[in-house]
Amino acid sequence: MSIINEGEPRPVVDAAEVRNITVGKSQGRLIFDRFVRNWVAMASLGVFLAVIVLSITSIGAFGIPGWWKWAYNDLGTGLLNGGAPTLSLVPQWLGGDGIHLGEHPFGQTLIGIDYFAMTMRGIQNSLIVMFIIGILCAVIGTVVGAVAGYYRGWVESVLMRFTDLVIVIPVIVLGAVVGKIASEHFKGLGVLGLSIVLGLFLWTGLARLVRGEFLTLREREYVDAARVSGARDARIMFRHILPNAVGVVIVSTTLIMAAAILLETGLSYLGFGIRSPDVSLGLIISQNQTAFSTRPYLFIWPGVFIVVIALTVNFIGDGLRDAFDPRQRKFVPRRMKERETAS
Amino acid sequence: MVTFIARRLVVSVLLLLGAAFIMYQLTALAGDPLEEFYQSRLPNKNQLIAARTEALQLNVPAPLRFFLWLGGAAKCIIPFANQCDLGLTAQGQKVTDLLPQALGSTIQLVTAATVLAIVIGITIGIVSALRQYTTFDFVMTFVSFLLYSLPSFWVGILLKEFVAIRFNDFLGDPQLGPVWIAVISIVVGLIWLGLIGGELRRRVTVFLVSALATAAVLIYFSLTDWFLHPNLGPVLMLILSAGVALVMTALMAGLKNRRAMLTAGIQVVLAMICYFALQPLLNISSIYTILILALVTIAVGLLTGFLVGGPDRGLNMRVGAFTAALSAGLILVDRFMQAWPSYLGESAINGRPIATVGSQTPNLPGDIWIHGVDSFTHLLLPTLTLMLIGFAGYTRFSRAGMLDVLNQDYIRTARAKGMPERVVIVRHAFRNSLIPIATIVASDFGALLGGAIITEQVFAFSGMGALFQRGISLPDPNPVMGYFVVIAVMVIVFNFIADMTYSALDPRVRTRG
Repeated sequence: MSIINEGEPRPVVDAAEVRNITVGKSQGRLIFDRFVRNWVAMASLGVFLAVIVLSITSIGAFGIPGWWKWAYNDLGTGLLNGGAPTLSLVPQWLGGDGIHLGEHPFGQTLIGIDYFAMTMRGIQNSLIVMFIIGILCAVIGTVVGAVAGYYRGWVESVLMRFTDLVIVIPVIVLGAVVGKIASEHFKGLGVLGLSIVLGLFLWTGLARLVRGEFLTLREREYVDAARVSGARDARIMFRHILPNAVGVVIVSTTLIMAAAILLETGLSYLGFGIRSPDVSLGLIISQNQTAFSTRPYLFIWPGVFIVVIALTVNFIGDGLRDAFDPRQRKFVPRRMKERETAS
Repeated sequence: MVTFIARRLVVSVLLLLGAAFIMYQLTALAGDPLEEFYQSRLPNKNQLIAARTEALQLNVPAPLRFFLWLGGAAKCIIPFANQCDLGLTAQGQKVTDLLPQALGSTIQLVTAATVLAIVIGITIGIVSALRQYTTFDFVMTFVSFLLYSLPSFWVGILLKEFVAIRFNDFLGDPQLGPVWIAVISIVVGLIWLGLIGGELRRRVTVFLVSALATAAVLIYFSLTDWFLHPNLGPVLMLILSAGVALVMTALMAGLKNRRAMLTAGIQVVLAMICYFALQPLLNISSIYTILILALVTIAVGLLTGFLVGGPDRGLNMRVGAFTAALSAGLILVDRFMQAWPSYLGESAINGRPIATVGSQTPNLPGDIWIHGVDSFTHLLLPTLTLMLIGFAGYTRFSRAGMLDVLNQDYIRTARAKGMPERVVIVRHAFRNSLIPIATIVASDFGALLGGAIITEQVFAFSGMGALFQRGISLPDPNPVMGYFVVIAVMVIVFNFIADMTYSALDPRVRTRG
């Protein structure tokens, strides 16, 4: 109004009217709102955070002790009751023993180490591997994909042929060889070494996706505008184009992270991942698989936590995908119903 | 097109060479093959080291050693010369002698798993796309996410415990209690209810009919010790092949098509005649007899369709061939079932048929039927493991693909023209939704061959994965490279097939020369 009637004095806007004006939401805000409305993703996020908090506070991390009385390498006070788990979840009024943790909720290994502490340590290691691989893949994949997609020409050819090379080798094979290398040459680094070396090889899929996104985005007008106003290449790539491609990066990083925990546990199961005396969920499953019929509790819990972490991260990734790209949800149930009632 | 293929071939060969180089260097970095000798106290330690250094050419630096290896590997390209040289293992065996058997058992494992995963995954994906946002869809989406997040080694061990050991225990006294019968019947009823859907009344009917039928069959099985002497028998044979004929006609031609119905019906009659007439021949069959019979079956199916088809020959031939093949399959299944009691009675089996390790029972006497059952019991669990995990991906892909297609304008056009819903779904939507899946299937198969390592380890299956795993943990570079060459060639070939299929199925995809 005020812009059209230039000559007239500005109309006085009172406070009540200001409140009625709908403030346009930013793109980020819209995405965030869509994500928050997705209850499956939100519940998964809650469970995932709960697992993180449980694993960190229980046995502590970075030298800070947690609230749990045993450590993952503590021999404790010998086998109690043959190492059977003391966790009880059936309340007394249902005829159970009541809800309590007991001395060793998940039981003990044959030499008396508390299995709850071991499982928590395994979760911590899996989470470390997952996050480091996620971050490394996101950074390297984005940079390589961005440079290839933005510059095109021979730069693109070289980078993309290299990613093709790595993609020919199946992930588990690459992981096994790289895991072996990490244990040969970076023994002292342990979990960190393993996850860094794995991360250095797993970014190729993400680089391809980012490159595809950059190839289309670099033709947009706003890129020309930025270039005309004198922005340098790096600025165009990372300040102008990247924010528009960030959805692809975030979603596929999440999915890489979900795959990474399965990869790490699988490699540790095969013996190419985390080594004893440190603990990995895959390693303790492989150590206890033969005892399934006599001591199934040594086998069930690590698996349950692997599934919970991978499942929640997958659901979070799916929720993020829906939030970033609502066009993928073409069939809205309400609209379908309206259509049905209309016809 | 020719230039496109030639270009792709050149690029593929270069990719293969590059990847092999990277892999060779990584394997060389992964450890020293001489390591086991350094700590040894054997008197002839130095000779051993010298011999292995000589055999594996360890005195040549790794980047150069790759070219020595490549020189030997290049001879594999010469056809029929049998000069293939992929180096020696640390123990001095030729890698080329180890590969064929390993590859054979892995392909056996992966093929069944992939085919089952594709069929079940695509079916469920498409049904849940058609019933979008129903309970069935939500349950299936959750299940596929769950399967997608399962570590394969964990599933494998669970299957060993709950399927193999419990089922073997159950065979000791094969009586299903009333609780189990009720639970299984209700679950089966719920699955059918979800698959068929519809109005409340129809759902209740579907649920009751399928649950009661399942319960009746289970009670019958329990009372007659069916699990110890399984067979289809003429009655079940007739019911099942008639069912196959009905489903094939309904899916491919619609039940109103009398000619297709006739074609399928003739197949059922022929199958029943063969069921009685062929038993003596099957008893003395070899694998080649069965292959010939299979070809004859399909030819008969096609011929019937051709003769009965009238104006719509192609359709009738398809219905005939599919019905004939599936009912003949039932006869084979019945024959394998007949071998089951004598298999159970073998001293090596001792009444516990489902195996948890290995790919076959060593030194098992018997004809192909016994050996067939033996392969089945060994392949069952690893196949199930691979299938459960692969199936999740296909469900998600085919659901997304089908939803995408259903939203297209030509589907609306087809409906607006008054096409029956069956034709819209099967002809217009289903076929087009298969295009992206075809490419995924092709590229997945290559990846799966390499990815079966963990499953092979869980079930102590001596395939390609075991070869690789032994090689890398020793470390012993040449078997690792032999494994890698086979897998990489597979991956590249299947990716190539995937691209070709895509451009053949979808003319909009241009093949740029």
